[in-house]
Amino acid sequence: MLVQCQPLKEIYCTGWGVAAPLLEVKDLYCERDDKVLFENLSFQLQQGQILHLGGSNGSGKTSLLRILCGLYHDFEGQIEYFGLRLADELENYHSSLLYFGHQVSVKLGLTALENLTWYARIQPQLDPSLISKALSEVGLEGYEQVLCQNLSAGQRRRVNLARLYMQKSSAIGHSLWILDEPFTAIDKQGVQELEQHISAFAASGGTVILTTHQQLALSSKIQRLNLDDWGTK
Amino acid sequence: MMRVFWAELSRDLLLAFRHKGDFLNPLIFFLMVAVLFPLGVSPAADFLAQIAPGVLWVSALLATLLSLDNLFKSDFDDGTLEQLLLSPESTYMIALAKACAHWITTGLPLALMAPLLAVMLFLPTQAIATLVISLLIGTATLSLLGAIASALTVGLKKGGVLISLLVIPLYIPVLIFGASAVQSAVDGLPVTAYLAILGAMFALSLVLAPFAIAASLRVSVSS
Repeated sequence: MLVQCQPLKEIYCTGWGVAAPLLEVKDLYCERDDKVLFENLSFQLQQGQILHLGGSNGSGKTSLLRILCGLYHDFEGQIEYFGLRLADELENYHSSLLYFGHQVSVKLGLTALENLTWYARIQPQLDPSLISKALSEVGLEGYEQVLCQNLSAGQRRRVNLARLYMQKSSAIGHSLWILDEPFTAIDKQGVQELEQHISAFAASGGTVILTTHQQLALSSKIQRLNLDDWGTK
Repeated sequence: MMRVFWAELSRDLLLAFRHKGDFLNPLIFFLMVAVLFPLGVSPAADFLAQIAPGVLWVSALLATLLSLDNLFKSDFDDGTLEQLLLSPESTYMIALAKACAHWITTGLPLALMAPLLAVMLFLPTQAIATLVISLLIGTATLSLLGAIASALTVGLKKGGVLISLLVIPLYIPVLIFGASAVQSAVDGLPVTAYLAILGAMFALSLVLAPFAIAASLRVSVSS
Protein backbone atom coordinates (compact mmCIF):
# COMPACT_ATOMS: atom_id res chain seq x y z
CA MET A 1 0.00 0.00 0.00
CA LEU A 2 1.40 3.35 -0.93
CA VAL A 3 1.04 5.84 1.86
CA GLN A 4 -0.06 9.05 0.26
CA CYS A 5 1.86 11.95 1.66
CA GLN A 6 -0.59 14.75 2.12
CA PRO A 7 0.61 18.32 1.97
CA LEU A 8 1.00 18.38 5.73
CA LYS A 9 1.71 22.05 6.19
CA GLU A 10 -1.54 23.25 4.69
CA ILE A 11 -3.64 20.74 6.56
CA TYR A 12 -2.06 21.18 9.92
CA CYS A 13 -2.23 24.97 10.10
CA THR A 14 -4.84 26.49 12.34
CA GLY A 15 -7.27 29.02 11.01
CA TRP A 16 -5.15 31.92 12.24
CA GLY A 17 -2.26 31.06 9.96
CA VAL A 18 -0.08 29.98 12.86
CA ALA A 19 1.26 26.43 12.64
CA ALA A 20 -0.13 24.21 15.37
CA PRO A 21 2.55 22.67 17.57
CA LEU A 22 3.87 19.30 16.46
CA LEU A 23 2.69 17.75 19.70
CA GLU A 24 0.44 19.18 22.32
CA VAL A 25 -0.30 17.33 25.52
CA LYS A 26 -3.30 18.41 27.58
CA ASP A 27 -4.11 17.33 31.13
CA LEU A 28 -2.41 13.99 30.88
CA TYR A 29 -3.03 11.61 33.76
CA CYS A 30 -1.43 8.25 34.17
CA GLU A 31 -1.21 5.83 37.05
CA ARG A 32 0.53 2.53 37.35
CA ASP A 33 0.22 0.05 40.17
CA ASP A 34 -1.88 2.53 42.21
CA LYS A 35 0.79 5.19 41.99
CA VAL A 36 0.00 8.39 40.14
CA LEU A 37 2.88 8.95 37.75
CA PHE A 38 1.71 12.36 36.62
CA GLU A 39 -1.49 14.36 36.56
CA ASN A 40 -2.57 17.53 34.76
CA LEU A 41 0.55 17.27 32.68
CA SER A 42 0.40 19.74 29.81
CA PHE A 43 3.07 20.89 27.42
CA GLN A 44 3.62 21.86 23.83
CA LEU A 45 6.35 20.85 21.51
CA GLN A 46 7.10 23.01 18.49
CA GLN A 47 8.96 21.86 15.42
CA GLY A 48 12.71 22.09 15.86
CA GLN A 49 12.60 21.87 19.65
CA ILE A 50 14.45 19.49 21.91
CA LEU A 51 12.61 18.38 25.03
CA HIS A 52 14.70 16.86 27.79
CA LEU A 53 12.52 14.77 30.04
CA GLY A 54 13.91 14.49 33.55
CA GLY A 55 12.86 12.76 36.74
CA SER A 56 14.00 10.14 39.18
CA ASN A 57 13.76 6.41 38.54
CA GLY A 58 10.16 5.31 38.38
CA SER A 59 8.83 8.80 37.80
CA GLY A 60 7.14 7.71 34.57
CA LYS A 61 9.53 8.89 31.87
CA THR A 62 9.34 5.69 29.88
CA SER A 63 5.58 5.47 30.36
CA LEU A 64 5.18 9.00 29.04
CA LEU A 65 7.37 8.27 26.04
CA ARG A 66 5.41 5.11 25.27
CA ILE A 67 2.17 7.07 25.55
CA LEU A 68 3.55 9.67 23.15
CA CYS A 69 4.54 6.89 20.71
CA GLY A 70 1.03 5.50 20.73
CA LEU A 71 2.19 2.23 22.25
CA TYR A 72 0.58 2.62 25.65
CA HIS A 73 -3.07 3.53 25.98
CA ASP A 74 -3.84 3.39 29.66
CA PHE A 75 -4.04 7.12 30.33
CA GLU A 76 -6.45 10.01 30.46
CA GLY A 77 -6.11 13.34 28.72
CA GLN A 78 -5.53 14.54 25.20
CA ILE A 79 -2.62 14.38 22.86
CA GLU A 80 -2.73 16.36 19.64
CA TYR A 81 -0.51 16.06 16.63
CA PHE A 82 -0.52 19.27 14.61
CA GLY A 83 -3.82 20.15 16.25
CA LEU A 84 -5.51 16.84 15.45
CA ARG A 85 -6.23 13.94 17.79
CA LEU A 86 -3.15 11.71 17.83
CA ALA A 87 -5.18 8.49 17.86
CA ASP A 88 -6.76 9.44 14.51
CA GLU A 89 -3.47 10.39 12.94
CA LEU A 90 -1.37 7.39 13.92
CA GLU A 91 -0.44 6.39 10.39
CA ASN A 92 0.88 9.85 9.50
CA TYR A 93 2.47 10.17 12.89
CA HIS A 94 4.23 6.82 12.73
CA SER A 95 5.60 7.59 9.28
CA SER A 96 7.56 10.48 10.80
CA LEU A 97 8.45 8.96 14.17
CA LEU A 98 11.63 7.20 15.21
CA TYR A 99 11.40 5.60 18.64
CA PHE A 100 14.44 4.40 20.45
CA GLY A 101 13.42 2.34 23.47
CA HIS A 102 15.03 0.59 26.40
CA GLN A 103 15.65 -2.61 24.57
CA VAL A 104 18.36 -3.06 21.96
CA SER A 105 15.74 -3.56 19.22
CA VAL A 106 18.32 -5.35 17.15
CA LYS A 107 18.04 -8.99 16.09
CA LEU A 108 21.09 -10.81 17.42
CA GLY A 109 20.86 -13.46 14.71
CA LEU A 110 21.17 -10.88 11.93
CA THR A 111 24.12 -8.78 10.85
CA ALA A 112 24.21 -5.02 11.33
CA LEU A 113 23.50 -4.56 7.64
CA GLU A 114 20.53 -6.96 7.64
CA ASN A 115 19.05 -5.30 10.71
CA LEU A 116 19.19 -1.86 9.13
CA THR A 117 17.89 -3.09 5.78
CA TRP A 118 14.91 -4.55 7.60
CA TYR A 119 14.37 -1.26 9.45
CA ALA A 120 14.49 0.69 6.20
CA ARG A 121 11.80 -1.58 4.78
CA ILE A 122 9.37 -1.33 7.66
CA GLN A 123 10.01 2.36 8.43
CA PRO A 124 9.77 4.34 5.20
CA GLN A 125 11.22 7.46 6.82
CA LEU A 126 14.60 5.71 6.69
CA ASP A 127 16.66 5.89 3.54
CA PRO A 128 18.20 2.49 2.65
CA SER A 129 20.92 4.12 0.54
CA LEU A 130 22.36 5.70 3.69
CA ILE A 131 22.97 2.43 5.55
CA SER A 132 26.69 2.10 4.97
CA LYS A 133 27.25 5.79 5.66
CA ALA A 134 25.20 5.54 8.85
CA LEU A 135 27.21 2.53 10.03
CA SER A 136 30.47 4.37 9.56
CA GLU A 137 29.02 7.42 11.36
CA VAL A 138 28.36 5.28 14.44
CA GLY A 139 31.83 3.77 14.22
CA LEU A 140 30.85 0.36 12.92
CA GLU A 141 32.67 0.48 9.61
CA GLY A 142 33.92 -3.02 8.85
CA TYR A 143 31.30 -4.63 11.08
CA GLU A 144 28.56 -4.67 8.43
CA GLN A 145 28.65 -8.43 7.97
CA VAL A 146 29.20 -9.39 11.62
CA LEU A 147 26.28 -11.04 13.40
CA CYS A 148 25.00 -8.76 16.15
CA GLN A 149 25.38 -11.53 18.73
CA ASN A 150 29.14 -11.16 18.25
CA LEU A 151 29.08 -7.41 18.87
CA SER A 152 29.50 -5.79 22.28
CA ALA A 153 26.55 -4.26 24.13
CA GLY A 154 27.60 -0.75 23.12
CA GLN A 155 28.04 -1.75 19.50
CA ARG A 156 24.58 -3.35 19.41
CA ARG A 157 23.09 -0.10 20.62
CA ARG A 158 25.09 1.72 18.00
CA VAL A 159 23.53 -0.46 15.29
CA ASN A 160 20.14 0.73 16.46
CA LEU A 161 21.37 4.33 16.77
CA ALA A 162 22.53 4.19 13.15
CA ARG A 163 18.84 4.64 12.28
CA LEU A 164 19.19 8.25 13.40
CA TYR A 165 21.71 8.76 10.60
CA MET A 166 19.38 7.27 7.99
CA GLN A 167 16.60 9.82 8.43
CA LYS A 168 15.33 11.01 5.06
CA SER A 169 15.89 14.72 4.82
CA SER A 170 12.77 15.35 2.70
CA ALA A 171 10.21 15.60 5.52
CA ILE A 172 12.53 16.60 8.32
CA GLY A 173 10.17 19.32 9.53
CA HIS A 174 7.65 16.71 10.59
CA SER A 175 10.09 14.19 11.98
CA LEU A 176 10.08 13.39 15.62
CA TRP A 177 12.66 11.36 17.47
CA ILE A 178 11.67 9.87 20.79
CA LEU A 179 14.82 8.66 22.50
CA ASP A 180 14.65 6.75 25.78
CA GLU A 181 18.11 6.80 27.35
CA PRO A 182 19.95 6.86 24.03
CA PHE A 183 23.36 7.19 25.65
CA THR A 184 23.26 3.94 27.65
CA ALA A 185 26.40 1.84 27.04
CA ILE A 186 27.81 4.43 24.62
CA ASP A 187 31.35 5.72 25.23
CA LYS A 188 32.20 9.39 25.85
CA GLN A 189 33.28 10.09 22.31
CA GLY A 190 30.12 8.45 20.98
CA VAL A 191 27.89 10.46 23.31
CA GLN A 192 29.51 13.66 22.09
CA GLU A 193 28.98 12.79 18.45
CA LEU A 194 25.42 11.75 19.10
CA GLU A 195 24.68 15.01 20.91
CA GLN A 196 26.07 16.92 17.96
CA HIS A 197 23.94 14.89 15.58
CA ILE A 198 20.83 15.53 17.67
CA SER A 199 21.41 19.29 17.75
CA ALA A 200 22.12 19.33 14.02
CA PHE A 201 18.82 17.49 13.46
CA ALA A 202 16.96 19.98 15.63
CA ALA A 203 18.68 22.90 13.90
CA SER A 204 17.41 21.67 10.53
CA GLY A 205 13.85 21.56 11.84
CA GLY A 206 13.55 18.12 13.44
CA THR A 207 11.99 17.62 16.84
CA VAL A 208 13.41 15.50 19.66
CA ILE A 209 12.15 14.20 22.99
CA LEU A 210 14.76 12.43 25.05
CA THR A 211 15.46 11.17 28.52
CA THR A 212 18.92 10.83 29.94
CA HIS A 213 20.58 11.09 33.30
CA GLN A 214 23.68 12.57 31.71
CA GLN A 215 24.41 16.26 31.56
CA LEU A 216 23.54 17.39 28.07
CA ALA A 217 26.05 19.63 26.40
CA LEU A 218 23.82 20.42 23.47
CA SER A 219 24.46 23.72 21.81
CA SER A 220 20.86 24.38 20.86
CA LYS A 221 18.17 25.53 23.21
CA ILE A 222 16.59 22.75 25.22
CA GLN A 223 13.22 22.67 26.87
CA ARG A 224 13.21 20.80 30.14
CA LEU A 225 10.42 18.97 31.86
CA ASN A 226 10.88 17.25 35.19
CA LEU A 227 8.30 14.57 35.86
CA ASP A 228 9.02 14.65 39.60
CA ASP A 229 7.08 17.94 39.72
CA TRP A 230 3.95 16.38 38.23
CA GLY A 231 3.41 13.23 40.24
CA THR A 232 2.32 12.56 43.79
CA LYS A 233 5.06 11.72 46.18
CA MET B 1 2.01 -3.17 1.40
CA MET B 2 3.63 -6.26 -0.07
CA ARG B 3 7.05 -4.77 0.63
CA VAL B 4 6.56 -4.98 4.37
CA PHE B 5 5.17 -8.52 3.97
CA TRP B 6 8.29 -9.69 2.12
CA ALA B 7 10.58 -7.79 4.48
CA GLU B 8 9.11 -9.50 7.51
CA LEU B 9 8.82 -12.93 5.87
CA SER B 10 12.39 -12.94 4.60
CA ARG B 11 13.73 -11.77 7.94
CA ASP B 12 11.89 -14.48 9.85
CA LEU B 13 12.95 -17.19 7.44
CA LEU B 14 16.57 -16.04 7.61
CA LEU B 15 16.44 -16.11 11.41
CA ALA B 16 14.85 -19.57 11.38
CA PHE B 17 17.53 -20.76 9.00
CA ARG B 18 20.26 -19.46 11.33
CA HIS B 19 18.66 -20.97 14.47
CA LYS B 20 17.90 -24.39 13.09
CA GLY B 21 17.16 -25.81 16.54
CA ASP B 22 13.95 -23.82 16.79
CA PHE B 23 12.32 -25.31 13.76
CA LEU B 24 13.82 -28.79 14.06
CA ASN B 25 12.21 -29.20 17.48
CA PRO B 26 8.61 -29.74 16.26
CA LEU B 27 9.85 -31.99 13.46
CA ILE B 28 11.75 -34.20 15.89
CA PHE B 29 8.67 -34.34 18.11
CA PHE B 30 6.58 -35.44 15.13
CA LEU B 31 9.13 -38.12 14.27
CA MET B 32 9.36 -39.33 17.88
CA VAL B 33 5.61 -39.85 18.18
CA ALA B 34 5.50 -41.93 15.01
CA VAL B 35 8.51 -43.96 16.12
CA LEU B 36 7.37 -44.52 19.70
CA PHE B 37 3.73 -45.32 19.00
CA PRO B 38 4.31 -48.79 17.53
CA LEU B 39 6.69 -49.56 20.39
CA GLY B 40 4.20 -48.47 23.03
CA VAL B 41 0.97 -49.84 21.57
CA SER B 42 1.41 -52.61 19.07
CA PRO B 43 3.64 -53.13 16.05
CA ALA B 44 0.95 -55.12 14.20
CA ALA B 45 0.54 -53.67 10.71
CA ASP B 46 -3.25 -53.85 10.47
CA PHE B 47 -3.68 -52.21 13.87
CA LEU B 48 -1.26 -49.40 13.03
CA ALA B 49 -2.92 -48.81 9.67
CA GLN B 50 -6.20 -48.35 11.50
CA ILE B 51 -4.93 -45.68 13.91
CA ALA B 52 -2.39 -44.01 11.59
CA PRO B 53 -4.64 -41.16 10.32
CA GLY B 54 -5.50 -40.07 13.84
CA VAL B 55 -1.99 -40.49 15.23
CA LEU B 56 -0.38 -38.54 12.41
CA TRP B 57 -2.88 -35.72 12.62
CA VAL B 58 -2.76 -35.45 16.42
CA SER B 59 1.02 -35.45 16.48
CA ALA B 60 1.19 -32.82 13.72
CA LEU B 61 -1.23 -30.69 15.73
CA LEU B 62 0.77 -31.07 18.94
CA ALA B 63 4.03 -30.36 17.11
CA THR B 64 2.52 -27.09 15.85
CA LEU B 65 1.30 -26.27 19.33
CA LEU B 66 4.79 -26.87 20.69
CA SER B 67 6.28 -24.25 18.39
CA LEU B 68 3.72 -21.53 19.09
CA ASP B 69 5.36 -20.34 22.27
CA ASN B 70 8.35 -18.92 20.42
CA LEU B 71 6.44 -17.29 17.59
CA PHE B 72 6.57 -13.74 18.95
CA LYS B 73 8.66 -14.26 22.08
CA SER B 74 12.08 -13.28 20.77
CA ASP B 75 10.72 -10.24 18.95
CA PHE B 76 8.92 -9.18 22.11
CA ASP B 77 12.01 -9.66 24.27
CA ASP B 78 14.44 -7.73 22.10
CA GLY B 79 12.04 -4.86 21.33
CA THR B 80 11.74 -5.39 17.58
CA LEU B 81 8.05 -6.22 18.03
CA GLU B 82 7.26 -2.70 19.22
CA GLN B 83 9.30 -1.31 16.34
CA LEU B 84 7.13 -3.38 14.00
CA LEU B 85 4.00 -1.92 15.56
CA LEU B 86 5.43 1.58 15.15
CA SER B 87 5.73 1.01 11.44
CA PRO B 88 3.25 3.08 9.44
CA GLU B 89 2.85 0.07 7.17
CA SER B 90 -0.11 -2.24 7.62
CA THR B 91 0.04 -4.37 10.76
CA TYR B 92 -2.29 -6.81 8.99
CA MET B 93 0.45 -7.65 6.49
CA ILE B 94 3.04 -7.89 9.25
CA ALA B 95 0.86 -10.32 11.20
CA LEU B 96 0.19 -12.32 8.04
CA ALA B 97 3.90 -12.48 7.26
CA LYS B 98 4.66 -13.75 10.76
CA ALA B 99 2.03 -16.50 10.52
CA CYS B 100 3.21 -17.36 7.03
CA ALA B 101 6.82 -17.68 8.19
CA HIS B 102 5.65 -19.90 11.03
CA TRP B 103 3.84 -22.17 8.60
CA ILE B 104 6.83 -22.40 6.26
CA THR B 105 9.07 -23.41 9.16
CA THR B 106 6.66 -25.84 10.88
CA GLY B 107 3.55 -26.82 8.90
CA LEU B 108 5.24 -27.21 5.53
CA PRO B 109 8.08 -29.48 6.74
CA LEU B 110 5.58 -31.48 8.83
CA ALA B 111 3.39 -32.08 5.77
CA LEU B 112 6.41 -33.00 3.67
CA MET B 113 7.71 -35.40 6.31
CA ALA B 114 4.29 -37.02 6.81
CA PRO B 115 4.51 -39.55 3.91
CA LEU B 116 7.64 -41.05 5.47
CA LEU B 117 5.93 -41.50 8.81
CA ALA B 118 2.78 -42.73 7.07
CA VAL B 119 4.80 -45.57 5.59
CA MET B 120 6.25 -46.35 9.00
CA LEU B 121 2.72 -46.61 10.40
CA PHE B 122 1.49 -48.76 7.48
CA LEU B 123 -0.98 -46.16 6.24
CA PRO B 124 -2.45 -47.52 2.98
CA THR B 125 -0.71 -45.83 0.05
CA GLN B 126 -3.93 -44.52 -1.49
CA ALA B 127 -4.36 -42.23 1.55
CA ILE B 128 -0.92 -40.63 1.46
CA ALA B 129 -1.79 -37.90 -1.04
CA THR B 130 -4.84 -36.94 1.01
CA LEU B 131 -2.72 -36.91 4.16
CA VAL B 132 -0.24 -34.47 2.64
CA ILE B 133 -2.92 -32.19 1.18
CA SER B 134 -4.98 -32.15 4.37
CA LEU B 135 -1.87 -31.40 6.41
CA LEU B 136 -0.78 -28.61 4.06
CA ILE B 137 -4.14 -26.84 4.35
CA GLY B 138 -4.73 -27.82 7.96
CA THR B 139 -1.38 -26.72 9.37
CA ALA B 140 -1.73 -23.34 7.64
CA THR B 141 -4.99 -22.86 9.53
CA LEU B 142 -3.32 -24.05 12.72
CA SER B 143 -0.50 -21.51 12.26
CA LEU B 144 -2.94 -18.64 11.72
CA LEU B 145 -5.16 -19.56 14.68
CA GLY B 146 -2.21 -20.35 16.90
CA ALA B 147 -0.61 -17.01 16.15
CA ILE B 148 -3.61 -15.27 17.75
CA ALA B 149 -3.10 -17.14 21.02
CA SER B 150 0.64 -16.66 20.83
CA ALA B 151 0.21 -12.91 20.31
CA LEU B 152 -2.20 -12.67 23.24
CA THR B 153 0.14 -14.41 25.67
CA VAL B 154 3.49 -13.07 24.51
CA GLY B 155 3.64 -10.49 27.30
CA LEU B 156 3.10 -13.07 30.03
CA LYS B 157 5.94 -14.79 31.83
CA LYS B 158 4.42 -18.25 31.58
CA GLY B 159 2.10 -18.17 28.61
CA GLY B 160 2.65 -21.78 27.54
CA VAL B 161 -0.24 -23.37 29.40
CA LEU B 162 -2.57 -20.54 28.49
CA ILE B 163 -1.76 -20.91 24.79
CA SER B 164 -2.89 -24.56 24.89
CA LEU B 165 -6.12 -23.64 26.66
CA LEU B 166 -6.89 -20.84 24.22
CA VAL B 167 -6.04 -22.68 21.10
CA ILE B 168 -7.23 -26.28 21.57
CA PRO B 169 -10.96 -25.44 21.11
CA LEU B 170 -10.09 -23.72 17.83
CA TYR B 171 -7.90 -26.63 16.73
CA ILE B 172 -10.46 -29.37 17.32
CA PRO B 173 -12.56 -28.76 14.15
CA VAL B 174 -9.40 -28.74 12.03
CA LEU B 175 -8.32 -32.02 13.61
CA ILE B 176 -11.71 -33.66 13.10
CA PHE B 177 -11.97 -32.78 9.42
CA GLY B 178 -8.28 -33.40 8.72
CA ALA B 179 -8.23 -36.85 10.29
CA SER B 180 -11.62 -37.73 8.75
CA ALA B 181 -10.33 -36.84 5.30
CA VAL B 182 -7.44 -39.26 5.68
CA GLN B 183 -9.71 -41.94 7.16
CA SER B 184 -12.08 -41.62 4.20
CA ALA B 185 -9.19 -42.01 1.81
CA VAL B 186 -8.16 -45.17 3.67
CA ASP B 187 -11.68 -46.53 3.29
CA GLY B 188 -11.76 -45.58 -0.38
CA LEU B 189 -14.50 -42.97 0.09
CA PRO B 190 -14.52 -39.53 -1.56
CA VAL B 191 -12.51 -36.91 0.35
CA THR B 192 -13.36 -33.69 -1.47
CA ALA B 193 -16.04 -32.68 1.04
CA TYR B 194 -13.60 -32.86 3.95
CA LEU B 195 -10.90 -31.05 2.02
CA ALA B 196 -13.39 -28.37 1.00
CA ILE B 197 -14.31 -27.74 4.62
CA LEU B 198 -10.62 -27.62 5.58
CA GLY B 199 -10.13 -25.15 2.75
CA ALA B 200 -13.05 -23.03 3.94
CA MET B 201 -11.62 -22.92 7.46
CA PHE B 202 -8.26 -21.93 6.00
CA ALA B 203 -9.79 -19.17 3.86
CA LEU B 204 -11.72 -17.80 6.81
CA SER B 205 -8.70 -17.73 9.10
CA LEU B 206 -6.46 -16.32 6.36
CA VAL B 207 -8.73 -13.32 6.01
CA LEU B 208 -9.68 -12.76 9.64
CA ALA B 209 -6.84 -14.06 11.81
CA PRO B 210 -4.31 -11.34 10.88
CA PHE B 211 -6.70 -8.70 12.29
CA ALA B 212 -6.91 -10.60 15.56
CA ILE B 213 -3.15 -11.19 15.64
CA ALA B 214 -2.42 -7.50 15.05
CA ALA B 215 -4.89 -6.40 17.72
CA SER B 216 -3.54 -8.96 20.20
CA LEU B 217 0.02 -7.80 19.60
CA ARG B 218 -1.02 -4.20 20.33
CA VAL B 219 -2.58 -5.30 23.60
CA SER B 220 0.48 -7.31 24.58
CA VAL B 221 2.93 -4.54 23.77
CA SER B 222 0.93 -1.87 25.57
CA SER B 223 1.00 -3.61 28.94
